[in-house]
Order: sequence, then C-alpha cells, then structure tokens
Amino acid sequence: MMTPELQAGGLQLAYDQRVVVDDLDVKVPPGRITAIVGANACGKSTLLRALARLLAPRRGAVELDGRALHSIPTRELARRLGILPQGPTAPEGLTVLDLVTRGRSPHQTWWRQWSQADESAVHGALAATGITDLAGRAVDELSGGQRQRAWIAMAVAQGTPVLLLDEPTTYLDLAHQIDVLDLIHDLNRNEGRTIVMVLHDLNQACRYADHVIAMKGGRIVAEGDPADVITAENVAEVFDLRCQVTTDPVSGTPLVIPMGRHHTSQRQPR
Amino acid sequence: MAAKTLTPKPGAHFRIALPPLSGRLRPRLITVCAALAAATFLVVAWAVSMGDFPITFTEALRAVVGVGDPGTLLIVQELRLPRAVVGLLVGFAFGLSGAIFQTMTRNALASPDMIGFTQGAGTAVVAGIVFGWTSTLSTQALGLLGTFVMAALVYVLAWRRGTTGYRIILVGIGLQWMATSATDYLVARGMQFQAHAALGWLTGNLNGRDWSQALPLALTMAVLVPAALALGRLTRTLQLGDDVAVGLGTRVQVVRLALLVTGVGLVAFGTAAGGPIAFVALAAPQIAQRLAGTAWPPPLAAGLTGALFVTGSDLAAARLFPMELPVGIVTGVLGAPILLWLLIRANRAGSGG
Repeated sequence: MMTPELQAGGLQLAYDQRVVVDDLDVKVPPGRITAIVGANACGKSTLLRALARLLAPRRGAVELDGRALHSIPTRELARRLGILPQGPTAPEGLTVLDLVTRGRSPHQTWWRQWSQADESAVHGALAATGITDLAGRAVDELSGGQRQRAWIAMAVAQGTPVLLLDEPTTYLDLAHQIDVLDLIHDLNRNEGRTIVMVLHDLNQACRYADHVIAMKGGRIVAEGDPADVITAENVAEVFDLRCQVTTDPVSGTPLVIPMGRHHTSQRQPR
Repeated sequence: MAAKTLTPKPGAHFRIALPPLSGRLRPRLITVCAALAAATFLVVAWAVSMGDFPITFTEALRAVVGVGDPGTLLIVQELRLPRAVVGLLVGFAFGLSGAIFQTMTRNALASPDMIGFTQGAGTAVVAGIVFGWTSTLSTQALGLLGTFVMAALVYVLAWRRGTTGYRIILVGIGLQWMATSATDYLVARGMQFQAHAALGWLTGNLNGRDWSQALPLALTMAVLVPAALALGRLTRTLQLGDDVAVGLGTRVQVVRLALLVTGVGLVAFGTAAGGPIAFVALAAPQIAQRLAGTAWPPPLAAGLTGALFVTGSDLAAARLFPMELPVGIVTGVLGAPILLWLLIRANRAGSGG
C-alpha cells in the first residue's frame, strides 16, 4: 500500500460565526497511528471532520498527496480516504453483510454493482474484524462491541489507505474498548493503513498511537511521540488537570494518574 | 458466451457476473415483485371486465387491443380502462414516491401525504373551486401548482447549511397543518355545492377518469420512474446517515435534491390525476418492505404495492358496496389493518418490524 501524505495548512474551521480552529498546521505521519486528544470542545473532532472533508475549511486547505481535498471528486476521494463518524446508526434490520457491502460503494458503477473484487474485499473485512459468523445478523441486534466491529468492517471494506475514526471506543465497556483498539492496531501493522483517531482516554492513546496530537482551544499544544507529549506539564495545560505521569507497567508507555481535589493521600506541593 | 457464476450468500442474495456486468440478485425481492405485478394485472383485468355491463375476460382483453364490437370497445376503452390505468399509475407513483421520501429522511412517517405536499395540492384545488378559477385553470394544473409550491416551501424553510431529513419532516408537518387549516377555511366559507365538490376531490376519487388524466401522468412517469429506480442505488449510502454517505463518496445534497424533485414530481402528477388518495404513499412502501424482508422500502416493490393497493381498493369501492364509494375511503379502511397486521406479526417474530 502506498504511503499517503495527509496534511493541512493555515486551517480555519468554523460553524456559522463561531470559529473553533484557527490558523492550524498539521501533518499526519503516513503509515502510522495518530491519536488526537484534548478536552471536550477543544476542536479535535472538528479537525478530524475537516481532514475527512465533512467540514469545509473557511481558510486554508487540507491536502492529500499535494491536492486540496475540495478539488478531488468525492467518489475518488472515497477510494483513498475513509471516515467512520462518531456513533453512526444503521437502519433497523439491516444485516451486517449489507452494511459491510455498502463500504464498497465508491468502487461500484451502474453496470458493475458487485464485482469479484467487491466480494473478496467484503469477505476480507469480515474476517479481519472477526465477524464472519455475524454476517447474517441485524446490526441493531448486536452488542455495542460487535456493532462497532461491523462499522469498522464497513470502513475496512472501503479499502482506503487512510482511515479516520472519530472516538471509535465511545459507549463501549473497557474490554470492548481494548478489543477495538487491538483491531485498529492490526489494521495498521498488517495492512499498513494510515490511521487517525480521536480518543478520550490518554492512557489508551499512549499505548496504541505512534503519534499524539494534543489540542486545546483549537490549537495544537504539543505533538509527537506519546512519551514526549504526555507529560504532567502538558496534561495540566491541555486538561487543566493536575496529574502524575508514571510508566504503564504493561506497555512501558506513559500512564497518567489524575489528581482531583479529593482522595489524594500524598500531599502535593502547591 | 460469458460464464455466469451464482454464489449463494448468507444475506439471501446471489452474485451475478456477466463481465463487465455484475450485480446482486435477491430471490425473495424478485418473487415479491413478480407476485405483486401478477396480482395487479389480475385486478385490472377484473376491473375492466366486470360492471353493470358484464364482459368476459377474453372479450375485455381483446377490446383493450382494439378488437370487438363498438359497444364493448366504448365501455372498455373509454370508461373502464382509463379508470383502471389512472388507478394503476397513481398507485405506483404514490408507492414509489413514499419509498423515496421514507428512504431519504430515514423515517417511515415522512411520506408526501404526511409532510404537506398532498395537502398543498388540496388547498390549491379547493381555492380554485371556491374562487371559481376552475374555468381558466384545470383541477390538474391547480393540483400540480399546489404540490410544487408546497415542496419548494418545505425545502427552502428546512434549509440551514444544507437540509437534513429531520428538518424536512418537522417543517413539512408544520406546513401540512397550515394547508389543512386553509383548506378547511375555504370549504367553510364556500357555497354548499362548492364545498361538496371540494370534499369530493379531497377524498381521492377515480370515478369518471378519462385519458386526459391518464396521459400526462403516464408521460411524466415514463421519465421519473426510471430516474427514481436509478437513484435508488445512491440511497444505499444515504440510509447510513449523511456523514457516512459523504465518506463513501456520495454527494449528499445533490442526491437529496434529485430525490426530492423526483418524489415531488411523482406525487404531484399522481395527485393531479387521482386526488389525494389517503394512506397509499405511507403504507405501500412499508408493506412492500415487510413482504420483501428488506431493511429499507424497496422502490420497485413499493410502486407495485401501491398500484395493487389503489386498483384493488377502487375495485372494492365500486363493486363491494351498495353505493359506489370514492377510492380514498377504501384505501384507509383496507390499508391500515394490513399494515398493522404486518407490524404486529414482525414484533412477535422478534425482528422488530
């Protein structure tokens, strides 16, 4: 798989009159997993939407391989860049197979509605996400974790070198969160896809991402290797939260221990 | 001769490949469509052959193609056939239009008779009757005008950085009540004979339809039905929500506008020809969806269900009761129990309907 260059320069993003992101430059490392973290309303989902051309920038541009996103026909773009929005909903009764099949839409035409390539991509996506046995089940009858796997399978079947995921672990219990993140890791390592995801959990971001972008108030506060970005100082700035950062005993990546106003047995210097 | 491969799939469909052509076949959907088409044909044939002046089935079919004695030809070609054809076309147009709107908005309540389009036609026609415009403008033209004005209002008022299905429904319901109130006011202030004529049209009536109603509808549908069926492929991504659809390369606003224009055209010309026949656009797609076992209203099956629904109801309205009833009364009475039965059965089966 080729290594796509996704980047943005001088980006201003706004909803009506409210500017959310201003003069932002970002470059997504190709072939790696990038996590965007930050407090609520810091503009991280807005940035992801702009990278996926779901939101048109007011100023600046997002570029894929040197071409502005808005100058690439949307179907062509859909063969190179996939986006899984937050909390998508399927029509009642839609089967997993039907859902995953729709991921092939950008590859289909009026006369070629179901090619051999479509069929192998769908079977491959079902196998890669471990839901081949669920193919005939209705999406709305699945558990939260299975349902998220089905949606990721749809995005996998789309077969894009770049995959953007908006909070893929939201509404999942801890076991399913880890399960989905492991799956994303496999997609990156086995198929070389460039992945950008918005994550809430800093510790998971540290474990699973190669590159972390920390945002606050529509700006990038720090970016780079998780070990360099996730420090007590940066967390204090980005989240207005005192914390201690130690080493994750399982993965060796940074582990953030938050400190609130209560339940802190050790006295901290003020 | 290209090789044909059929692979059975867990989702109850077959892959068909005749390179460079390829597609998927759903046996159950095809069976349902064939059965609906056959049933509609039988109902139309029955409607053409039965009546105060009985004609045999064969005689009727021969008269359709222009063979027979002058009396039979007159009755079949000028009286019974146009009525049956208008019923068939109006039903198909309403069913297909309902499927388009329900798919576009991802909501079963979003049929054109729930979001004000048919009520707009009603207000325009009743205003024409009460103010005496019908001498210059035909009822058909007024019905068309009313639907188009209403659809444009819904679209413009629902626009806010693009449209969403939800806003179209809410704005449509608001405008629907305004149109209904305006119609009620016009009926109340009209003369008694005007009010009677207005109510007759508002019920939806196929009595006395001739080719002048059938022809404009047939010509419009010759364009809009293929367009609607072609757009059906693009709605497969739209059903997953706007963001997912954009991500899959669908130009959401363009497709939604094309769907809106097609759906409005179908319901406008259908209403102009047959009046606002109740419940068809809402129920036919939902009945078709349950018959075909799909998760969305299948467009072709919805049109065929609508056609069978209206022709069957008109036959019942004309023959089952001591006095002839307008078809719009029967569609509600027949359609609601069928839909309720399908819904209840689906819930018991645990598939959620």
